[in-house]
Amino acid sequence: MCLAIPGQIIEILQERDNLALVDVVGVRRKIDVGLLAEEPAKPGDWVLIHVGFAMSRISEEDAREQMRLLKMMGEHAAAMEEITGYGLDDSVARGGP
Amino acid sequence: MKYVDEFRDPELIAGASREIRRLADPGRHYRFMEVCGGHTHAIYRFGLKDLLPENVELIHGPGCPVCVLPMGRIDDGLFMAAQPDVIFAAFGDMMRVPGATGSPLEHKARGRDIRIVYSPADALKLARANPDRHVMFFAIGFETTAPSTALTLLRVRAEGIRNFSVFSNHVTIIPAIRAILDSPDMRLDAFIGPGHVSTVIGCRPYEWIARNERKPIVVSGFEPLDILQSIVMILRQMKDGRAEVENQYARVVPWEGNRAALKAIGEVFELRPYFEWRGLGFISQSALRIRDSFAAWDAEKHFLTPGVRVTDPKASQCGEVLKGVLKPADCKLFGNECTPEHPIGALMVSSEGSCAAYFNYEHRKSELVTVSA
Repeated sequence: MCLAIPGQIIEILQERDNLALVDVVGVRRKIDVGLLAEEPAKPGDWVLIHVGFAMSRISEEDAREQMRLLKMMGEHAAAMEEITGYGLDDSVARGGP
Repeated sequence: MKYVDEFRDPELIAGASREIRRLADPGRHYRFMEVCGGHTHAIYRFGLKDLLPENVELIHGPGCPVCVLPMGRIDDGLFMAAQPDVIFAAFGDMMRVPGATGSPLEHKARGRDIRIVYSPADALKLARANPDRHVMFFAIGFETTAPSTALTLLRVRAEGIRNFSVFSNHVTIIPAIRAILDSPDMRLDAFIGPGHVSTVIGCRPYEWIARNERKPIVVSGFEPLDILQSIVMILRQMKDGRAEVENQYARVVPWEGNRAALKAIGEVFELRPYFEWRGLGFISQSALRIRDSFAAWDAEKHFLTPGVRVTDPKASQCGEVLKGVLKPADCKLFGNECTPEHPIGALMVSSEGSCAAYFNYEHRKSELVTVSA
């Protein structure tokens, strides 16, 4: 729950407000980007994700470091389980629509 | 140092460790509290204690939301789960936390409909998919997760969904720090400030700690080097006679926080007059309840919540450990009656709880040493 998972925004989806497709080391899921409303998210942005919501924007390098940190802390599997578990609306198969 | 070869910059780590030794006055004992459970986990995982001189002591703070939740709240939630047609949805961290009548997982085995979700938005999805059932989301967490619960409730209201409610157990970090500072048996010199909570609240809410309490606080990242650098920054402040809020984690934490997240919290939640924290007792204005304008989705109003109060098992000393007065291994139950496989207190359940972290890294390490000796 307190894990921050780094991911890259692939696409802003049209099916409802604030829904985006995000890629986390090859796994693609829908997340909510409503908390970035001050400066709306756009494709290519790297973000930290908490419980299905993008919470902050980070650099690509920091995203890599965060993933590395999760691996070092033995939290990588839990993070991937969380990302894979997100069912915000319907999950999208790898490769995207 | 077991993990030193995994560090990104072993040289920088060694340099920070030397700088800490240089700055720390050998005639003085330093007690710094890391507020966040994620930091506690990292400190044990990377064995950072071994990189600090003996007179720099890290005290583990209350920043593990599962650990500070009083047992009665779990029983309240499980009471709701026992009502007809209810689906109880919670994060996986909650599943093994014991209530007086067992954990959510044990209640599931007894036939309750208890589901793990990874996001409050997924709990909402469950409600949409089960229109003839009522989905109760057991919300937990500090300011890191509260905005997500808030946005979910805003969405629920906009869509007019009726078969969904939130049992809010969201807590706020600042009053907990204040309670710790007010506690007569706590002597602290400075704080390592939480990283992800601060992405939401920013750095300003800590200013009173520096200004009124004259204690440094450095908001820190989670890498081993981040934590060591934060300790260097604290020691520099102390050496210069300064007490300031500094942001070591500026690459992620904006000074002003996340305004959209704060706005969402403010729209949906208000402060409770008081809330009970495990180990810390009742703390005024330390938790979030759902505003009246969202009463239709407030599980505490939807159900006749019993308001169960349960005292911790007598022999366990979770409270003292939570306050940092006792080290995990000093608790009478540690490692014998209370283990990660059979937890008695929540500190042994969550990977961010100091007992679980201590057990997994320190205790097992010493067991290995004993076996191989």
